[in-house]
Amino acid sequence: MLRELVRSQGERLPTNRSPRAPLDRRSFLMCALASGTALGELAVPACASPSALSSQSGQQTQNDEQFVVEAKFYEKLPNKKIKCKLCPRECNVGDKERGYCGVRENRGGIYHSLVHSRVCAAHVDPIEKKPLFHYLPGTVAFSIATAGCNVNCKFCQNWDISQSRPEQIPADYAPPQRIAALARQFNCPTIAFTYSEPVVFSEFLMDTADAGHQAGVRSIVVSNGYIQQDALRQAYGKMDAVKIDLKSFSESYYAKVVTGQLKPVLDTLVTLRKMGKWTEIVYLVVPTLNDSDAEFRGLAQWVKANLGTDVPLHFTQFHPEYLLKNLPITPVPTLERAKAIADAEGLHFVYIGNVPGHPAQNTYCPQCRKMLVERVGFTASTLLIRKDGSCPFCRHLIPGIWHA
Amino acid sequence: MSALPSASRRDFLRQCLTGAVALGASRMPEAQQAALTAKSRVVVAHDPLLRGTGSTVDASRIQSLLDRAMLARFNRDRTVDTPLAAWRRLVRPGDRVGLKVNTLGGRGIASNLELVEAICERLQQAGIKTGDIVVWDRDSQEMERAGFKLSIGGDRVQCFGSDRVDYEDDLAAYGSVGSRLSKILTRYTNVLINIPVLKDHDGAGVTIALKNMYGVIHNPNKYHPNGCDPYVADLNMLPEIRTRMRLTICDATTAMYEGGPAFKPEHSWKCNGLLVSSDPVALDATGWRMIERKRAEKGLKTLEAEQRSPRYIVTAADREHRLGNCDPSCIEVVEINAEV
Repeated sequence: MLRELVRSQGERLPTNRSPRAPLDRRSFLMCALASGTALGELAVPACASPSALSSQSGQQTQNDEQFVVEAKFYEKLPNKKIKCKLCPRECNVGDKERGYCGVRENRGGIYHSLVHSRVCAAHVDPIEKKPLFHYLPGTVAFSIATAGCNVNCKFCQNWDISQSRPEQIPADYAPPQRIAALARQFNCPTIAFTYSEPVVFSEFLMDTADAGHQAGVRSIVVSNGYIQQDALRQAYGKMDAVKIDLKSFSESYYAKVVTGQLKPVLDTLVTLRKMGKWTEIVYLVVPTLNDSDAEFRGLAQWVKANLGTDVPLHFTQFHPEYLLKNLPITPVPTLERAKAIADAEGLHFVYIGNVPGHPAQNTYCPQCRKMLVERVGFTASTLLIRKDGSCPFCRHLIPGIWHA
Repeated sequence: MSALPSASRRDFLRQCLTGAVALGASRMPEAQQAALTAKSRVVVAHDPLLRGTGSTVDASRIQSLLDRAMLARFNRDRTVDTPLAAWRRLVRPGDRVGLKVNTLGGRGIASNLELVEAICERLQQAGIKTGDIVVWDRDSQEMERAGFKLSIGGDRVQCFGSDRVDYEDDLAAYGSVGSRLSKILTRYTNVLINIPVLKDHDGAGVTIALKNMYGVIHNPNKYHPNGCDPYVADLNMLPEIRTRMRLTICDATTAMYEGGPAFKPEHSWKCNGLLVSSDPVALDATGWRMIERKRAEKGLKTLEAEQRSPRYIVTAADREHRLGNCDPSCIEVVEINAEV
C-alpha cells in the first residue's frame, strides 16, 4: 500500500480512487479510512471524493454543458477554424473538432474549454507528494484534477484520466468557490492543480486560484511546463509555487516518449525564474532512455547557468506503466549517479524521489552540511529551519518558503 | 495394397506445405489475402435517381443499389448469383454484427439512415437475429443529431453510442497507438461492417473507411498530428478490429470535397453513390481519387499541393501493415449504374 502511494511519475493518483468508478457513500468512507491509515502521520482527512465536492452530496452531476466556457487562449481563423494558443502544439482545430488535449472543442468557430469546474479527482495530499520540498513542508494540499493532457507520455501513471475525454470519466461540478471552501474545511493552506495536466484546464485553474486567494488559500501547480509564454504568464502568474516535470534533456526523447518538445519547457523554467515563482524540478529517470551521464551533466549545467544553484532538482524512480511496461524500475544506484553528477556540477539541493527512506530525501544545509529537514515517506518529520528561513546551525539562508 | 500412386517423401512434404499455406490464407482477412494474391475489388455504384425528385434518399432505390453493389462485389467466382447469397457469404446465423456508422457531421454528412436500414434488412434475411445487430458510433447524442433513434435492449436492432457502455479498461496497443476500445466492438460484436461517409478532412486529407475506426477508441484526439500517419494504419492493425472487419460500405450519397470533417453544404455534392469493398485500403484509395477529381472540377488544388495528402492510406498498405492495396494497378474498380 505504502509503495503504491509513494510512487510519483508525474504525480500518481492515490490508488484507492479509480477515476472510472464513482464512489458511493460507503466507498468514500472506506477510502478515507484507508488513506487515513496509510498517511496516518498527517492526522488530517486524507481523501475527499468528487462526491464530497458536490453541494448535492452523492449525486452525480454529469450535465456536460455546465462545464463549458469559452477558452481564453486561441485565435480565430477563416472558415470557422481556430488556432489554439495555449500550448506550443498550436492545434488548428476545425468546427466540431477537439484539440490534442481532448478537452477543448471548436463549436462554430468559438473555442471552448469543456472542463471548467469538472473535477474528476480530489484528494488531500501531503505537499511533499507533489513533490515540493521547499514550500510549506509538512502541510497538506487540496489536490484536484480534470481530464486531459497536452502530451502523451508513454510512462504516464494517471493515463486513465490524462488521456481520456471528459465525458469518459465520472466528475462533479465543483466551481472555484466550492474548491476554496473545501480547502479551508480540510485545513489545507494550498490548492494543488495536479494529477493530469493543469495546462489544459487553465481557465478553471485561474478562476480557482483567484477564489482561493480571496479565501486565504494559496495555489500550487504540478505541470509539464508545455505552455505558451503568454498563457504561462497569465495562468501560472496566479500560482504561488510551481513544480515542473522536466522529462528529459533531449529533444528526441521529448518527440518519441513524451510527444512534445523540450525547448518550450526550458523556456517555461526560465520565465518562471524571471517571474520570481518558487519552482522545483522533477526529472523521472527512465532506464536506458534518459539515464546517461552526459544527459544528467547537461541538465545540471543548464539549470546552474539558467536558473541558479538553489533550484531543487528531484531525480525520481520510474515504475513500468501504461505503454512502457517493458523496462525495469530505475535502479537506486542510477539515481545516486544522477545526484552525484548534479552535486558535482554545483547544485545545492538535489533529491532522490520515490525511494522511501533514502537519505537524499532530506534537506541539508549547503554550507554546514547539517540536516535541516528530515522526511519519512511524504512526511516532513523534522523541520529545523528558522522562521526567517535560515539554518539554525550556521545562519545560512535556505531558499524556499518554509513557514506559512 | 493401394492402387493409388505412392507419393515420394519430397512430394508429400511439398503438398503439406502447400496445404498449410492455403489453410493459413483462408483464415486471413480478405483484404490481406487480396494484398498477397489477387486484385482488390472496389465496387462504385451510382444511381442518379437515388433521390427521385426530392432531397431525401429513396429507400427502395438505395436497397436496389446496395443489392447490385453487393452482387458485383461477391460474384467474382460466379457462385453468388443473388444479393442474399452475397450477404450469406459475409455473415452466418449466430453472428453478432456491428454496423459502425459515422455521425460526427450531423444530418448533412452522416451515414444514411435508409442505407443502414437496407443493410439491417438484408442481414436479417441472411439469418442474423434482429437483436444481434448493433448500429453504433462514438456518441449517442451525435447519433441522434444525425437522425438515428436510439434503441437499447429487447429484440429490436440495437442503436447506441459507446458512451452508453464505456470502453475497455485495458489498453490495446500497436505501434504508435495505445487505446481503450469501445465495449460495443469487443463485447457486442464478432463481425464488423464499416459504414463511413466520403469526405474531406482538414488534417488527414480524407476520412473514409480506415479513419472511421477513430470512433472505436477513447482517445482519437491523440492521433491527429502528422496527418494521422501512421496512427490510422496502426489503429487498424489492432487484432480486435482486424479480425472482425468483413466489409466496408461507404455511403457516398452525399460527399464532401473540401472543408471536412464538419458539414459544409457549400463544399458537398450529391454523389448518389456507394463504394463497397472488403479491402478498406483499396476503398480509401478509390474514394481519395474521387475526391481529387471533384476538387479538380471545382478548381481546387490537390490535397498533395495543400500538404495534406492522406499518407496514412499508403502506410496502411506498406510491408509492415499489409492492410490492403493502394496501388491502382492492384485495384479492380467495378463501376455499376442503377437501372433507370
